Amino acid sequence: MEQSNEVKSPSGSDLFPALDVLNRLAVSESGFVFDPASGHNFTVNETGLVLLRLLLKEQRLDLILETLSNEFDADLREIERDVIEFASALKENVRA
Amino acid sequence: MAIINATVAITGMNAKPDNPGPGLAVARCLRESPDFQGRIIGLGYDALDPGLYLDEYCDASYLLPYPSAGNDALLDQLQVIQQREQIDILLPCLDAELPGMVRLLPALTEMGFKTFLPTSEQLRLRNKDRLPELAEIAGINCPQIKAITQAGFLYQCQDEGWSYPLVVKGLFYGAYIVHSADEAADAFRKIAAEWGFPVLVQQMVKGEEYNLTAVGDGEGNLLGPVMMRKMAVTDKGKAWSGISIDDQTLLDASTALARAIRWRGPLEVEVIRDQQGHYQLIEINPRFPAWIYLSVGVGRNLPLALLQLANGQTPDAFPASKAGVLFIRYALEKIVPIAEFESIVMQGHRQITDNASTETEVPGDE
Repeated sequence: MEQSNEVKSPSGSDLFPALDVLNRLAVSESGFVFDPASGHNFTVNETGLVLLRLLLKEQRLDLILETLSNEFDADLREIERDVIEFASALKENVRA
Repeated sequence: MAIINATVAITGMNAKPDNPGPGLAVARCLRESPDFQGRIIGLGYDALDPGLYLDEYCDASYLLPYPSAGNDALLDQLQVIQQREQIDILLPCLDAELPGMVRLLPALTEMGFKTFLPTSEQLRLRNKDRLPELAEIAGINCPQIKAITQAGFLYQCQDEGWSYPLVVKGLFYGAYIVHSADEAADAFRKIAAEWGFPVLVQQMVKGEEYNLTAVGDGEGNLLGPVMMRKMAVTDKGKAWSGISIDDQTLLDASTALARAIRWRGPLEVEVIRDQQGHYQLIEINPRFPAWIYLSVGVGRNLPLALLQLANGQTPDAFPASKAGVLFIRYALEKIVPIAEFESIVMQGHRQITDNASTETEVPGDE
């Protein structure tokens, strides 16, 4: 089977952009993000910045949720919903 | 590297904001390079070409006869300019003048001009009507394109599988996006009147525009590629703002084209990434684009590399290109004394140290 570095969610769908795509992004402290392949830029808020940096180190959704639930005082389902929403927006803004 | 101390003539000093020529930007790239300490002679076709009056870029300026005046008129004027300026290197920057310049290459060489131009065959190979072949070489798609000489096609094209909107283009310049047969016929007449036949009809592709510029060394290598995404365009679709990128698909396609054609000289490859993510080859231009100053911005002074090649030197190794460098074009007014305008109109030339021979009296002057 061909290997892929696309991140898999527990349900098996491709949730996050591929790791090589995330690695090429220029991410600044201000939350300004630039994709050098497409020339697109977008901004993320403070939480988005935390999540984006986390994604570069950790790609398993369950472990991401565990880390975030330790860091943020929020319901786990709410965190999961936000992460999925963020992942979807991220995939729209970067070129696979 | 060796300092270049040559006299360089550059054409394309027109700079209307909606569709500027590349010559002024090429001159700016050279002037700002510490490795160029020569003189720059600006060549234009119209007394209102702003580059002719910009002392910071051009040490002297001359008018050339329009290509329609014929080769003899062009050679005569170039001979006059050469006698006055002792030009070492000639850098033509406009599509329309290239076929003529290439044909005249033996005469230009005899006059003492060094150049780095494509061959006639290479120019023919990148013609807009050869796009499907070129796209195949590049390994990408291209929109349907057809060369026509009669407007009738524009009324029947939908029966042949075409659909509006279409782009009606000249072989060298000019493009109109049209949404109906009547609009297309009107554009056809305008293009034909200005640029002659054939007129090209291209299926409109929606998507994002990406461009690459580089220099082909004539051996199949693409030197110093610089890529950018258009961020804002003028009404004529020309880049008003752009950002440098690092796009492997565009680079691979352009490298394959340069290798297949063994391109010699500057070039610009234009593609659109359509809504399905497919790359569509739109054009290959045989010259630098007007946004060439971005090459200086990313650390790859391509006009300087071209000058080195024309001068028989090997260009220096290029540093890694920087993605994320932005350009934003702006328009300025140049204040021109009437005597300088008079000099261009009446004598066809202007020099920084050479005041007009006569003073034009303007009513109200004290």
